[in-house]
Amino acid sequence: MARLTINGKTHDVAVDPSTPLLWAIREQVGLTGTKYGCGIAQCGACTVHVDGAAVRSCVMPVAAAEGKKITTIEGLANGRALHKVQKAWLDNEVPQCGYCQSGMIMAVAALLREKPKPTDADIDARVTNICRCGTFQQVREAIHAAAKA
Amino acid sequence: MITKIPKLTRRSFVIGSTALGAGLAIGLKIPFGPSVVRAQDGSPEVTAWVVIRPDDTVVIRIARSEMGQGTLTGLAQMVAEELECDWSKVKTEYPTPGQSVKRKRAWGDFSTGGSRGIRDSHQYVREGGATARIMLIQAAANAWNVPTSECSAANSVITHKPSGRKTTYGKVAEAAAKLTPPEKPALKDPTEWKLIGKSVKRLDTMDKLTGAQVYGFDLKFPGMLNAAIKDCPVFGGKLKSYEAAKVTSMPGVRHVVTVGDSAVAVVADTWWQAKTALDALPIVWDEGENAKVSSDSIAAMLKEGLDADQAFVANQNGDVKQAIAGAAKKVEAVYAYPFQNHAPMEPMNATAKYTPDRCEVWVPTQNGEAAFAATLAASGLPADKCEVYKLHLGGGFGRRGAFHDYVTQAVLIAKQIPGTPVKLLWTREEDMLHGRYHPVMQCKLVGAFDSSNNLTGLHMRLSGQSILTSVRPEALQQGKDPLVFQGLNPSGDFGIGYSVPNLLIDHAMRNTHVPPGFWRGVNINQNAIFLECFMDEMAHAVGQDPLEFRRKLMTKHPKHLAALNAVADRAGWSKPAPQGVYRGLAQMMSFGSYVAACAEISVKDGDKIKIQRIVAATDCGYAVNPAQIERQIAGSFVYGLSGLFLQECTVKDGHIEQTNFNNYDSMRIAQMPKVESIVMPSGGFWGGVGEPTICVAAPAVLNAYFAATGKRIRTVPLKNHGITLV
Ligand code: FES
Ligand code: FES
Repeated sequence: MARLTINGKTHDVAVDPSTPLLWAIREQVGLTGTKYGCGIAQCGACTVHVDGAAVRSCVMPVAAAEGKKITTIEGLANGRALHKVQKAWLDNEVPQCGYCQSGMIMAVAALLREKPKPTDADIDARVTNICRCGTFQQVREAIHAAAKA
Repeated sequence: MITKIPKLTRRSFVIGSTALGAGLAIGLKIPFGPSVVRAQDGSPEVTAWVVIRPDDTVVIRIARSEMGQGTLTGLAQMVAEELECDWSKVKTEYPTPGQSVKRKRAWGDFSTGGSRGIRDSHQYVREGGATARIMLIQAAANAWNVPTSECSAANSVITHKPSGRKTTYGKVAEAAAKLTPPEKPALKDPTEWKLIGKSVKRLDTMDKLTGAQVYGFDLKFPGMLNAAIKDCPVFGGKLKSYEAAKVTSMPGVRHVVTVGDSAVAVVADTWWQAKTALDALPIVWDEGENAKVSSDSIAAMLKEGLDADQAFVANQNGDVKQAIAGAAKKVEAVYAYPFQNHAPMEPMNATAKYTPDRCEVWVPTQNGEAAFAATLAASGLPADKCEVYKLHLGGGFGRRGAFHDYVTQAVLIAKQIPGTPVKLLWTREEDMLHGRYHPVMQCKLVGAFDSSNNLTGLHMRLSGQSILTSVRPEALQQGKDPLVFQGLNPSGDFGIGYSVPNLLIDHAMRNTHVPPGFWRGVNINQNAIFLECFMDEMAHAVGQDPLEFRRKLMTKHPKHLAALNAVADRAGWSKPAPQGVYRGLAQMMSFGSYVAACAEISVKDGDKIKIQRIVAATDCGYAVNPAQIERQIAGSFVYGLSGLFLQECTVKDGHIEQTNFNNYDSMRIAQMPKVESIVMPSGGFWGGVGEPTICVAAPAVLNAYFAATGKRIRTVPLKNHGITLV
């Protein structure tokens, strides 16, 4: 059993403490916007915020997330008002298949919180998610657009 | 939303087209008679492609699959163009394969691959829209008792010009659906298009930003169980035994089941429990003969084919042997291309529910009909007791088109737990082990020159795998696999862009036990590297500029040449590149489009490549949505350059050695070059978009690397040469 605070709500999840946070979020809490792509912290599809920092949830055991503030893609917008990264993604039509984009958006939102005006080098260093559709050109444009918003 | 099943109907009608698959009885008429076919919510279907609701919402049916390439939006644009409907009221839905079978393939081919989504169906989907428009106008004219010639439609509003009366599509749809459709609706001239050619926004973006988009992997049903699977790591091997008792008491575990003769699955309450138990399950495999195969043994087999006497000929003119024998100068090189995995971001999955009366499958698939066929075969039930529901794909790239091994597995598992929906999800590791890999190929090229350095002969000998032999043997032509020669044919959608006085392009087929598949771009990937790098080699061997050398051979191929010229002009080929920057060119025709690229790179320490910019041109005939085409070009380069620099599946003891993205890497944003797209539709034909450009990035970069370093790289991936992309 673990007590998780996700998008402002508390959930008691009956799982082994070693269960990765990703699977607790998806299978116990039922929020499926966070994706699985590799399970070994390589691709970033599972990125969520834990106390504001971008974390690859496929390798974080639920035990380590207890008592922390977790935000998933479903909790990024403020009610119906899109987060500025989501808005920039919409305006720049970033997603292709979209599967990687939850993680991509969460990684970028964390970057912008820390560095509101990231340089290309900042982006290169901090956004290391895999996108097999290859949306990187639009991702970069949209990050700069979000930084200006 | 995905559990909604469109209401089935007795009526069968079709919008006919010669593009529909041969061998099926296709009616060429659309609805007739007094009764109306209705969508799930009761709204009338005007044609099989168009449902109009009373509130004027237009639901456009899309048979092809959306996997990121934008075909959903592009196809809707095509229907809406002829329908003259209000674009802001357009929604889309997938018809189901089972429904299509019942309605004698009302929606034609579901297959989404080969960059065919638009180029194969443009005629009949536009006719579907035009037919609906004509019927809607007729219905309004009937109500007003005026001739249709006095009425016109725009933006879902029908106007009677003389009286100024107006009505909307939603109001007349019910009456329109009862009318006899016109025989052969006239289509607009391309000069009249208002929506085709416009970069309208995609229809499927919003849900992909909020986590709301439901992929196959996200499905939830009451009472659903989750399955994790392991198939014998060696292709062709079998499952010998496993010790279920060791895991049955682990948390959540419900069943341990044999799947076919080569796999075992654990079924549990959650997938994580299933996977954890599967990892703990002792399994013994019977790997069989194939366990002796390695990358080296495969390479040796291919090498033998480079000089073999027997080969299938695809393109031949003149007498190449004689030209080579009498050459004043010869250039010769051997190239090779490896196995590669598709690795779409969403791992393979399918959800199945089986009872002896009905089998239903929910699956991300590039081909709903093929998934349906797999469901029938695995369930043993007839077509009227099966159904497949498609979901948007988290990437496909060819892995989810011709192959539905994961559907077969899901049904075989569900069959052992009747009445319970079971979601099967592969691990990334399973996906790496059980791909349908980019075929391996080697190529020996010999160029012959006369004493004035004119190219007199070219022999290109391919040696390696045939996809069709493994996947669609009925498509072979007296044993020859025509698909091997993409980009090298004398003419057609994959026509070569050069005329050489004596030419021979042939293929020594050498198949392996590693199953080949259609990997975005398919065989143009290696063919473009072989041909376009060798063009460069030959140009340098005779001291000619690579652009000028090509141009001389391209005078009879004006569209190929126009694409090449476009990138050369934009890149400023005639002027020197900036200090430290080197350029390389490539051009090709693939999937009906003419494409070219100029790469500009810099090289640090001899082995760190920075791609400064790639200028890419595509002439796809008609460009339906230029903004989406630009995204496909940039995206195809990420896929192609990941393949060039990073990706190889090697074989050891009969199985693939790579396990996950840690040893089968994919490009990141830091490595992404600036891509400048030139979309140059010249009109008059429909070329593909999703795949064609993929092939020109790699040879353009390799040629630039030679310009920078004088080193010619002839095998992929570049990581094997210690070269990194920075
Ligand atoms: S699934 Fe967590 S990084 Fe890939
Ligand atoms: S949008 Fe498809 S993987 Fe990124």
